[in-house]
Amino acid sequence: MSEELGFTLDGRRIPFQDGQTVMAAALAAGVYIPHLCFNPDFAPHGSCRVCLVKVNGRFQASCTTPAASGLTVQSETEELRNIRRGILQMLFVEGNHVCPACEKSGACQLQAVAYYVGMLNPHFSHFYPRRPVDASHAEAVIDFNRCILCELCVRASRDVDGKNIFAVQGRGIQAHLVVNTPSGKLGATHFSIHDKAAQVCPTGAILTKHQGYNVPIGQRLYDRKPINVVGDVAQLPESKGGRRHD
Amino acid sequence: MIEAKLKIATCSLAGCFGCHMSLLDLDERLFDLTERMELDRSPLTDIKELGECDVGLIEGGVCNAENVHVLMEFRARCKILVAIGACALNGGIPAMRNQFDLKECLEESYVRGIGLVNAQIPNDPEIPLLLNKVHPLHEVVKIDYFLPGCPPSADTIWTFINELLSGQPIALSYTQIHYD
Ligand code: SF4
Ligand code: SF4
Ligand code: FES
Repeated sequence: MSEELGFTLDGRRIPFQDGQTVMAAALAAGVYIPHLCFNPDFAPHGSCRVCLVKVNGRFQASCTTPAASGLTVQSETEELRNIRRGILQMLFVEGNHVCPACEKSGACQLQAVAYYVGMLNPHFSHFYPRRPVDASHAEAVIDFNRCILCELCVRASRDVDGKNIFAVQGRGIQAHLVVNTPSGKLGATHFSIHDKAAQVCPTGAILTKHQGYNVPIGQRLYDRKPINVVGDVAQLPESKGGRRHD
Repeated sequence: MIEAKLKIATCSLAGCFGCHMSLLDLDERLFDLTERMELDRSPLTDIKELGECDVGLIEGGVCNAENVHVLMEFRARCKILVAIGACALNGGIPAMRNQFDLKECLEESYVRGIGLVNAQIPNDPEIPLLLNKVHPLHEVVKIDYFLPGCPPSADTIWTFINELLSGQPIALSYTQIHYD
């Protein structure tokens, strides 16, 4: 009889199945590792680096590291918390995040993860980039100011919806999200708010119209409890304040 | 021995006075506070000259030349400088103009605005010169503490001031930290 496979995460034994990543195994065991570009419905992307952990003393993204027997993984340490906070601060200053004027506020995964890692200020100098808002679609709006390039909409539209509506263009600091039409407008695509791509954005970049501020402050998804308790907005059904279609 | 009261100053730069409203939301707790602290320059006292202070609370970002001057003065005279609210931390709503040129912004309201007669951009020397961009406080001077929120609740401010006065590390609860 073979032993159950397992590794150690912050001193706790986490069982795993062959092929699972450290992130997936931790999630299945009910242990939260902060993440933004990871969504269990999709192949890992490894781009945001918020899920950084130390595996046998080396920094690794937990969403792309295969689980293996005997690994010693650290996650909730002061060192990792500081690095994660720095990553969040960079994500905030790189875009334009005016939470008081954002419909997603209170149910935003980016914001909730920032709370989780104890981000009290942006620390860095703001870029204040000039980015457009696309309200050309009848049912949805894209505010590019809030896009963190996690490519979840890209993956969802390509791999689930079969529409390939989104793409990331450019490299490095020039990288930006584009809509695959000659005009670059969402209204010129077959995008629908029933698409998977409409349910996965961890920020307020892709919003459904006519729903803003429906939930009073104090009752929004992350108002009372942190994200490690509540779960990801994209994973929770709409009836529970999430974005996933019931 | 009578302990000297701590001196505290407050001001609103490019803010909406919402954070000061939150401060007033302390209600009866303000009496308790005045036992322990003395207000120096603040919109609540009408003292014009900033004295040497222990703590300075600043609401709002920096949008014009006068804001820069006041902020530098606060930094020079306050031992501890606290940025309060979204605008002080990241520019907030006023910084939404940063995506546009200053000229575009001024023309939008003073030249192309609806119902204008004799439209022109105001240039009275009494009006402080606008900066090209609105900046959060930490981009101009060193800030010792940050209290996020639009505005931070009275409870957040209360917890902060109490822990500061008692020399404790500042530990805000989950519901006391929000960006909106
Ligand atoms: S997307 Fe999230 S973090 Fe960005 S402004 Fe909206 S609520 Fe704030
Ligand atoms: S729009 Fe949203 S889902 Fe798409 S890349 Fe940007 S942040 Fe990610
Ligand atoms: S969640 Fe692992 S890199 Fe983004």
